[in-house]
Amino acid sequence: MVPIIKVENLSKVFGKKPQVALELLDEGKSKDEILEQTGNTVGVNRATFDVEEGEIFVIMGLSGSGKSTLVRLLNRLIEPTEGSVYINEQNLAKMDKKELRQIRREKMSMVFQKFALFPFRTVLENAEYGLEIQGIDKEQRKEKAEKALELVGLGGYINQLPAQLSGGMQQRVGLARALANDPEVLLMDEAFSALDPLIRKEMQDELLDLQDRMKKTIIFITHDLDEALRIGDRIALMKDGSIVQIGSPEDILVNPANEYVEKFVEDVDRSKVLTAENIMKRPETINIEKHGPRVALERMKEEGLSSMYVVDRQRKLHGYVTADDASAAVKKDTKDLNEILRTDVPTVTPTTTMTEIFNIIYNSPVPVAVVDDGTLKGIIVRGAVIAALAGSEVNTEDVG
Amino acid sequence: MLDKLPKLEVAQPVRDLTDWIKEKFEFIFNPIKDDFGPFLEKLSEEWLAAIPAWLFILIVAVLAFFVSGKKFGFAIFSVLGLVFIYNQGQWVELMFTFVLVIAASFLAIIIGIPIGILMSKSKVIQSILTPVLDFMQTMPAFVYLIPTAAFFAIGMPPGVFAALIFAAPPTIRLTNLGIRQVSKELVEASEAFGSTGLQKLIKVELPMAKSTIMAGINQTVMLSLSMVVVASMIGAPGLGREVIRALQRADVGAGFVAGLGIVILAIIIDRFTQYMNKGKA
Ligand SMILES: Nc1ncnc2c1ncn2[C@@H]1O[C@H](COP(=O)(O)OP(=O)(O)OP(=O)(O)O)[C@@H](O)[C@H]1O
Ligand SMILES: [Mg+2]
Repeated sequence: MVPIIKVENLSKVFGKKPQVALELLDEGKSKDEILEQTGNTVGVNRATFDVEEGEIFVIMGLSGSGKSTLVRLLNRLIEPTEGSVYINEQNLAKMDKKELRQIRREKMSMVFQKFALFPFRTVLENAEYGLEIQGIDKEQRKEKAEKALELVGLGGYINQLPAQLSGGMQQRVGLARALANDPEVLLMDEAFSALDPLIRKEMQDELLDLQDRMKKTIIFITHDLDEALRIGDRIALMKDGSIVQIGSPEDILVNPANEYVEKFVEDVDRSKVLTAENIMKRPETINIEKHGPRVALERMKEEGLSSMYVVDRQRKLHGYVTADDASAAVKKDTKDLNEILRTDVPTVTPTTTMTEIFNIIYNSPVPVAVVDDGTLKGIIVRGAVIAALAGSEVNTEDVG
Repeated sequence: MLDKLPKLEVAQPVRDLTDWIKEKFEFIFNPIKDDFGPFLEKLSEEWLAAIPAWLFILIVAVLAFFVSGKKFGFAIFSVLGLVFIYNQGQWVELMFTFVLVIAASFLAIIIGIPIGILMSKSKVIQSILTPVLDFMQTMPAFVYLIPTAAFFAIGMPPGVFAALIFAAPPTIRLTNLGIRQVSKELVEASEAFGSTGLQKLIKVELPMAKSTIMAGINQTVMLSLSMVVVASMIGAPGLGREVIRALQRADVGAGFVAGLGIVILAIIIDRFTQYMNKGKA
């Protein structure tokens, strides 16, 4: 497959003598040494990577590591000192102004850390901006912008001014503005960093959801490893302008390329932080007051499960049934679920930590039930625990 | 010792330059002198002064009421002030001054904003114009009267042009400043979506800079009022000329009345431009 974005040897030096700085880089001088010697700042140092169509490519690094510079080199808001960027095999550096504008209008949109909404324009007019400058007629751009706003859940706010909205909602407008053009690539520079943690998580989920539906290619900048692990298909780690490691979230956690990455990863002892609540899923259940073995078997077949939890109308947990037992019961024409009900249920409470869950689930043939006051809140499958330890797939959907 | 230094010739070259300009650009100066001047006089004396004073005052009051956000204070002040000026027999003078201020400010603004935009777009232009603007503003106002009087003889045109030169700098400066102050992220956003330079200017920079530019316009209008008064020294008609006449006759009373008229006009114009800025922000 041809990568949608191909970056080769891309460098940016800020200052008066960029070429001298590049030579010093060749000699193996560090960013600090070069700054001291020449007064030039190395923004990005020889970055090389590909981004595949439809993936979320996260660029992570500490403040000043060159993330913003790198992402702005991708749409040439910053002119590179050296190296090239190819979009669908077209060389960005070779484009004249008009071609470059065309790329920015049609191929990629950007979402900004501080939202960068136009304060004198309404939400709708903000979302229309990209279409407006392309000269698309009023009706059509309104329709497209409204659709983009619906998509981010702001359909009811189109006539408000940005200042009237909360931070999270403002960034949704930023996202809608970027989506309205229907670009192939979204560039997001710390798009969620200015939001408070809860809203931030919500936005991450929504982004993943959008990505599922729309299959955009997303380049997402963050300085937060948790965020990177949660949403990245692949993660590139930057330090002092260089990319020090590129890999899947698992790669980064399991095989940190160097000390720098390791230090980054060390802080994230996820097993201590996450609890059952964070990783549980909505359970498929059968109702003991209504259903018999036949329904149970049918449901399990439908869902592709080998066992299922049994509850009553109040969602009190009674136990579980297995597909094998149900199948046997159907053959024997048994009507009562109680006859095949098993009660050796592995249970935890919503606040049980990951470490404990890991010990329980290790020996259990069925998913662990998360029970609060006798009521079934959710289930945890073994995969979720492993995934959560690796940093992805943390569940926030309401499992009530 | 110092006396041995020969006198540097400065006055003569400036004189020559003025003559040269006057000769070379006669084709511009003459029509302004012969057509624009009489037009302004006609506008003040025959047309504006022909509107019944009560109607004029009523229109100003209604505008004042709406522009101040439907409050009565400003409207009442305008009515009282204008009635006072009428009562003192200064109505026609008021019209002259009014037309001069509007003409000078209007020209200063339509010339000043584009220059301010150019300045904001180019470091070179900015570094050339900044000292020029400083110079223009520190020169004593009436110095401008001399060359403009040379070009346009006496009457309203030299008043308008002296005021134009004296009053344009704030609009230029604050247009430049307003555009340069637009946050980097907003400029980036506009560029990232593929705006042309002109689209960026019209759709983002100017709207963002609007209230700063309006503050510059307010200053420009006030400065042109002060200059129009000074321009009475070279025969520009209006309230200023009444002050000068009073000065020549050492008539403190008449001078006070005309001066008060200028203050009233200044307050009304100042409030109008300020409210217009606030109202739309
Ligand atoms: N316009 C500029 N002129 C000079 N130096 C710059 C410029 N922009 C960025 N730099 C320098 O380049 C380096 C990388 O900056 P960049 O903004 O890309 O970092 P970042 O990773 O985005 O940091 P943050 O997390 O703080 O946003 C920094 O050392 C910065 O000081
Ligand atoms: Mg940054």
